[in-house]
Amino acid sequence: MLADAQAPVAHQFETAEQQRGAATLGIWLFLATEVLFFGGLFLAYTVYRLKYPEAFHEASSHTLVAFGAVNTGVLLLSSFTMVLAVRAGGIRQRTAAVGFLLVTALLGLGFLAIKGCEYAHEIQEGLLPDANFHLAGADPHLSRMFFYLYFLMTGLHALHVTIGVVLLIIFAAWAKMTARLEGLATAIDLLGLYWHFVDIVWVFLFPLIYLVSRHS
Amino acid sequence: MSSIKPYVLVTIALFLLLGATIGAAYIDLGAFNTPVAMLISLIKAGLIVTVFMHLRQADGLIRLFAGVGVFWLAIMILMTLTDFLTRGH
Repeated sequence: MLADAQAPVAHQFETAEQQRGAATLGIWLFLATEVLFFGGLFLAYTVYRLKYPEAFHEASSHTLVAFGAVNTGVLLLSSFTMVLAVRAGGIRQRTAAVGFLLVTALLGLGFLAIKGCEYAHEIQEGLLPDANFHLAGADPHLSRMFFYLYFLMTGLHALHVTIGVVLLIIFAAWAKMTARLEGLATAIDLLGLYWHFVDIVWVFLFPLIYLVSRHS
Repeated sequence: MSSIKPYVLVTIALFLLLGATIGAAYIDLGAFNTPVAMLISLIKAGLIVTVFMHLRQADGLIRLFAGVGVFWLAIMILMTLTDFLTRGH
């Protein structure tokens, strides 16, 4: 790869390519632990939904599907801009790399803003499962469980998006100011892997939370 | 200079699949609604992993690490379900 040729090589590696390979392996290992992290919540959701399908059907209908759909689009687009940032870093186009990193961060902030609006609406409707929780005509314990899972899963995901946005902004500033962009190319690539993973989590989260059954 | 064409094509495909996900949710497919939605999500995830995350060009060890994460998740969910789905109440 073009970026490997001039990237600084730490003393424990023989070649830049080996260094890059080790870094990539490390991030995939980290992503595997992230699968563990989210996996527990997805498992809980799976079990409860299989046991109480009607309650989850009813509770899901109270989520704002239009907001969720737009947010999915926002994240998919952000993965596209992220991959363009990675490519720009690899071919040493500084302005493009900085630009695409910032656009990706902006889309991430857009996602969080939309999510915030949803949360505000849901809290107002009494769907936050605290003492003021109420959902007319439904089993209180089961619909509470749906919304526990909803707030936990989307909240954990939003936390990951936030961390990603912060890193994107830091990397954009770093890319703008560094003398040698090739030293940053691998780091941008790894951040890209993290960002795509966060996108994939949402790709599964969206139909499970918002689209349980919209046809009836 | 590497082409952006595969990225553009995958992005278009992802948005079409998003449309399919939403559309399929509004059609009554009975018991198949959830499997169809999950299948479409799997295809989206597959496209992101192979093209955006470069797993297509990655060497065997990286693919193994990626596969292990998914494999672990699968056995966690499937083995747990062998309990909950066979409880009979």
